[in-house]
Amino acid sequence: MNKQEIPVQGISRRKFLGASAATAGIGIASGVSLINIANAKPLDEPVSNDQRWGMLIDANKCASGCTSCVDACNTENGLNAGDEQLSRQGQKAQWIRKVELRDKATQHEISLPLLCQHCENPPCVDVCPTGASFKREDGLVLVDKHTCIGCRYCMMACPYKARSFIHEELLNQLEDVPRGKGTVESCTFCVHRLDEDTDNRRDPACVEACNADGHQAIIFGDMKDANSAISQQLKKHTSKAIRADLKLNPGVRYRGI
Amino acid sequence: MKKINYLEIEGRSSGFIALLGILGIIALAGIGAFIYMEHSGHHVTGMDNQIVWGMPHVFAIFLIVAASGALNVASIGTVFNKAIYKPLGRLSVLMAIALLAGGLMVLLLDLGRPDRLIVAMTYYNFKSIFAWNIILYNGFFAVTIVYLWMMMEKRMVPYYRPAGIAAFIWRLILTTGTGSIFGFLVARSAFDAAIMAPMFIIMSFSFGLAIFLLILMLGYQWTERPLGDAIVKRLKNLLGIFVAAVLYFTLAYHLTNLYATEHHDVEKFILAGDSIHTTLFWIVEILIGGIIPLAIIYSKFSTSRTWLGLATIMIIIGGLAKIYVIVIGGQAFPLEIFPGMEVISSTFGDANSYHIYNPSTPEFILGISGVAVAILIITMGVRVLKFMPESLADADVDPHNKG
Repeated sequence: MNKQEIPVQGISRRKFLGASAATAGIGIASGVSLINIANAKPLDEPVSNDQRWGMLIDANKCASGCTSCVDACNTENGLNAGDEQLSRQGQKAQWIRKVELRDKATQHEISLPLLCQHCENPPCVDVCPTGASFKREDGLVLVDKHTCIGCRYCMMACPYKARSFIHEELLNQLEDVPRGKGTVESCTFCVHRLDEDTDNRRDPACVEACNADGHQAIIFGDMKDANSAISQQLKKHTSKAIRADLKLNPGVRYRGI
Repeated sequence: MKKINYLEIEGRSSGFIALLGILGIIALAGIGAFIYMEHSGHHVTGMDNQIVWGMPHVFAIFLIVAASGALNVASIGTVFNKAIYKPLGRLSVLMAIALLAGGLMVLLLDLGRPDRLIVAMTYYNFKSIFAWNIILYNGFFAVTIVYLWMMMEKRMVPYYRPAGIAAFIWRLILTTGTGSIFGFLVARSAFDAAIMAPMFIIMSFSFGLAIFLLILMLGYQWTERPLGDAIVKRLKNLLGIFVAAVLYFTLAYHLTNLYATEHHDVEKFILAGDSIHTTLFWIVEILIGGIIPLAIIYSKFSTSRTWLGLATIMIIIGGLAKIYVIVIGGQAFPLEIFPGMEVISSTFGDANSYHIYNPSTPEFILGISGVAVAILIITMGVRVLKFMPESLADADVDPHNKG
C-alpha cells in the first residue's frame, strides 16, 4: 500500500488536518471563554438538580376577573390557535385556569390561577405506565408526547386536575410546543423559554403577562438559589402549598389562601 | 362417578350460526366504533377532561374482573380438590381467557394512542400499578394456557395441580392489581381506599361465577346436553355467598367513609344525591344486582333454571352498575382541591357540584363489543376443542350420587 502523503492543494493531508484541528480548537476555546464571561448555560448542557424552578403566587394581588395569565399561556403555547373547534368546552385543553374561591367559614373571597404544580413527588409520574410523564432534574414535570399512549391515568391521579387530553386533530402547532391528538399535556412552565441559554432565558408567559398588567402576583425563579427573588420572598413570608396534606411538595406555592 | 367425556359441540344448527352472526355483527360494530373514535379523536365521546374514563372502561374493567372470577370454578376443582367441579375446569379456563381478551381489547381500543401499544409492552415504569397490570394480564394468558394444557393433556397430569395453584395465585394478584388502580389514587375522595383491592376480588368471584353459570346453563340447554341439578345447585349456592359478600364489602366501604367527616360529601353524592349514580347505586347495584338475586337464589324459585338464569343476568347488570358508580361516579364528584373553600367560578369546571357524563353511542358499542368478542371466543372454543363434557348429569359428575 502506498503510504506516501497525498498533497491537497499544495498542503499535505497531515498538515491540513493539523491546521484544521488547531483552528477548530481556537474557535471552541474562544466560545467556551465567551460563555464563561457571560456565565451562561450552553444549550447542549443537561439540566441539573442544582436548580428547581418554582412559582410563588400571591392571591392578594391576583385581580378577580383578570385572565391575562390564561390568555398569555394560550397564545404562548398555541392553545387558542383556532384548533379544538370540535371539542366541547370541557374537552378543550387548558394549562392554566382562573379560579374564584370563597371561604365557607368566613365568606372571604379570593382569586387565583391554578396550573400544574410541578410536584417534587408527582402522582402523575408515579402512575404513568410508560414513563411518558416524567420529572426533570430541575423540577419540571413534563409529558413526552412520543411515548404517551393516552391512557389518562395521570389525569385520574393529579390532585389539581392540571392535565388536559387532546380530543381532536391539532393543526397550526407552534414549533416550540409540540402537541398531539390522543395524548395528555399540561403546563410546562414554558420550558422552551427556560431552556434558552441563560442570557436569553425568559420567565413563563403567564408571569410576564401578570407583571405587564401591573399586578405582580406571580414570582418565578430558582428556589434553590438563595438569592433569587422567589427564595427571598418564600423565606420572608408565609406561603402555602395547595393540598399540602398530600405531601407532594409542589413547586408552586401560594400566599393569601 | 363415571369417566368424563369431553366433546366439541356440533355447531351446525341454525341457532348456532345465528348466534355467531349476531356476535360477529356486534364485534364488527365495535371495530367500526373504534375506527370512528380513533379517527375523529375522543371529542365524539362523552368523555372530557373531567370524566377521563368512560363507558369503555366500565365494560373493560367489568370483563377483566369477571375473567379472573370465571377461573374460580377451575381453581375450586384443582386447588381445593372438589371433585364435582373438576369436569367444569376446561370451560372455566376458556371463559377466563375469553373474558380477559374481550376486556383488554376494549381497554386498548379506548387509548388515545392505541398504535403505541408497543411502547406500553416494552417500557415499564415499575412504580405504576398500570404497568404492573400489563405484566399481570399478559402473564394471566400464559399461566392459564399452560394450566389448560396440563388439564387437557393426559401425560401432563402430574403437573396439573401445581399449574392450577399457580393460576389461582396469579388471578388473586391480578385482581388486586385491578382494584389497586383505584385504591392507589390518593387525590380522589371516592377511590383512595385499601378496601378496593379485596372488594374487587370478591366482585370478581361474584361476576365471574354469574357469567359462568349463565353460559353453562345456556350452553347445555342449546346443545341439549344433560346438566344435572347437583352441579347447578352447588354453583348457585356458592354464587349466593359471593353476592352477599359483595354487599358486605360495599357496606363496609361506605360505612367507613361515612364515619370520616372528610368523606361525607362524596358519600352524600353517591348515596343521597340527585345524580344518576344514586339511582344506579340503590336500584341497580344493590336491589337488582344484590338483594333480588339473593332472594331468588335462596328461595324455591332457584329450582327453576329460568329464574336462576334471570338472577345471574341481574347480578351481571348490577355488577356493571357497580363498576359504573365506582369509575364514573368517582370522577363525577369534583376533586377536593381547596378544602374548606367553595369554588365560585372556574373556566375548567371546578365550580360544578358534580360533573355530568353522557356516554355516546360509539363508546357504548365499543364496550358491548368486548362482551361479544368474549362470547365469540367461548362459542368458537367449545366448537373446535373438547371443552364441554358430553354430560353433566348428576350420575356422571356427583361423587355422592346414589342413582
